[in-house]
Amino acid sequence: MTPPPAPGSSLWMPKPALQTLIDRLRADGYDVLGPRMADGAITLAPLRSVDELPRGVRDEQQPGRYRLTLADDGGYFDHVVGPHSLKPLVFPPRTTVLQVLRVRNGWEFRTPDPPRPKQAVLGVRACDLHALAIQDRVFLGGAYRDPEYAARREGLFLIAVNCARSAATCFCVSMNTGPAVTGGADLILTELANGFVVGVGSARGASYVGGMGERPPTAEEEAAAAAIPQRAAAQQTRRINTATVHDTLLNNLEHPRWAEVAKRCLSCANCTMVCPTCFCSTVNEVNDLLGTQTQRERVWESCFNEEHSHTASGAVHPTTKSRYRQWLTHKLATWIDQFGTSGCVGCGRCITWCPVGIDITEEVAAMEGGRA
Amino acid sequence: MTGLPPSPWQTRNATVRAITPEVPEVRTYDLDLHGANYSFRPGQFNMLYVPGVGEVAISVSSDPAVPHQLRHTIRAVGNVTRAMTRLAVGDTLGLRGPFGTAWPVETVRGDDVVIVAGGLGLAPLRPVIYHLIRHRHDYGRVAVLYGARTPADLLYAHEYDWWQAAELDVHISVDVATPNWRGAIGFVTTLLAQLPVKPTRTAVFTCGPEVMMRFVASGACQRGVPAERIFVSLERNMNCAVALCGHCQFGPSFVCHDGPVFSYDRVGRLLWVENL
Repeated sequence: MTPPPAPGSSLWMPKPALQTLIDRLRADGYDVLGPRMADGAITLAPLRSVDELPRGVRDEQQPGRYRLTLADDGGYFDHVVGPHSLKPLVFPPRTTVLQVLRVRNGWEFRTPDPPRPKQAVLGVRACDLHALAIQDRVFLGGAYRDPEYAARREGLFLIAVNCARSAATCFCVSMNTGPAVTGGADLILTELANGFVVGVGSARGASYVGGMGERPPTAEEEAAAAAIPQRAAAQQTRRINTATVHDTLLNNLEHPRWAEVAKRCLSCANCTMVCPTCFCSTVNEVNDLLGTQTQRERVWESCFNEEHSHTASGAVHPTTKSRYRQWLTHKLATWIDQFGTSGCVGCGRCITWCPVGIDITEEVAAMEGGRA
Repeated sequence: MTGLPPSPWQTRNATVRAITPEVPEVRTYDLDLHGANYSFRPGQFNMLYVPGVGEVAISVSSDPAVPHQLRHTIRAVGNVTRAMTRLAVGDTLGLRGPFGTAWPVETVRGDDVVIVAGGLGLAPLRPVIYHLIRHRHDYGRVAVLYGARTPADLLYAHEYDWWQAAELDVHISVDVATPNWRGAIGFVTTLLAQLPVKPTRTAVFTCGPEVMMRFVASGACQRGVPAERIFVSLERNMNCAVALCGHCQFGPSFVCHDGPVFSYDRVGRLLWVENL
């Protein structure tokens, strides 16, 4: 038996090997998730067979618009990012943080042991790997660390894919987060017509390849694979000037554009739900009917909800203007002060899934003085 | 598999030992942590939890030198604090904490200290007052400037004579006087304007409505007190208290972790931006 390939090496793998890879992960106890069509979108869902992948499906994305089309030349990964990111896998939308039981002389408080699922995700894009790295800093990098995030993060096996195209809403190039995958995954696939060029990202990733008909890639295959994310990068038209955006936003907290965008913004919170890095949450009480047991449940929250900033003297952000400003300045400016990285990876989801098509890049450009 | 970090949600029992009515809608709850190892610094807060109702962030208002006599002064204003009005002595709450930054009583040792409080804002400052009384000779002149809406709203009124006797210069004023009120009338900012200060040797600690703190801080700045020696305590929505939930953000700060006590040079500019 040949030794497993070293991390950093690459090989060529025939297309049917993808099924073998899924089978191996499932045999090792991983829940395998991948891109699947549901409700008119490409979502992240349990995957058993490559036949369930959205082969040949392309997503047309515009501000406030998402449509799927079927192309004649079908690759497995011709789509870009859908509404789902890795976020719900590591930061579940609903989870129990404390169980409370009434006992004699008080209460019994129990913090549940977090589940430790083994989850393998096929088709992760560069922007979402960067988003995960940002969430690592939020949930694991501070004085207090989130045990459930830590448990779920540890069980994550990531098979990344280099984007073959960009959606019109993508701007990862300007955020320096893609489209080429540069790290953070166990395996990195680039889809060619007759197979995949596979980059080995980790020792764990290496242990899942071999014996599936692999061979060293030819020079032509390597060149073709390298050109694919470059072609996607060249398609991008949207951008944010990361060199100036921090100061631009924080020096313009009273800019008239905040009131202008607030006229369009519905304060619906869609952008924060689809954002792969937004991390706000609220803990709710869930009581049994007898009043003897309570679960403290943490659910996703959004700075676009008025209750988010509630205090005894009223909401700190009572207007859509103040909430949009909180979201945008946090995402692109104060996030850097807090975590040493932008909170935005240029995935474009907030643009696509905004019901009124508000474009984060356009709002920043207006603040920059370009298109006020 | 590696070990997981401890849960920041772990909560402990705190039994109510006494409930003292203070001013209308405000009570002080004495809590017993059953011998648990616990200490706090003046200005820090706890998350108090009424099971089935929820948590609320409350500053500790008792003496940090006597941490087992833990007291919180609470206005019944929201779901949780209203539920607390139904508690009786012997009932048990949940508690997490302490959290947040403290008034920097150690770094201003040797200096004059001016405490400016409005309304319930005196509660998070009372641990400072107790600390200064205990270590009175470590500090220069100490003034307490306190204002409330009416004489009936003056918090801890029975302690003022004691504070004065302990060589604290106590000045009280009310916004709206009653016929038998003989003290000052007006805002605490006026008391501050009338107080002689040695700007470079003075630290200002202020807590109260945000608008009051803004004018106290800017007034102190105009008197020549450096902004980095003026401290405010901010109120924001605290949900997790451990900088993970996002609610309490104020510019680059998580108020639960980077605050609630901030020096004015860090937050001054942002405090003047409406609804930030």
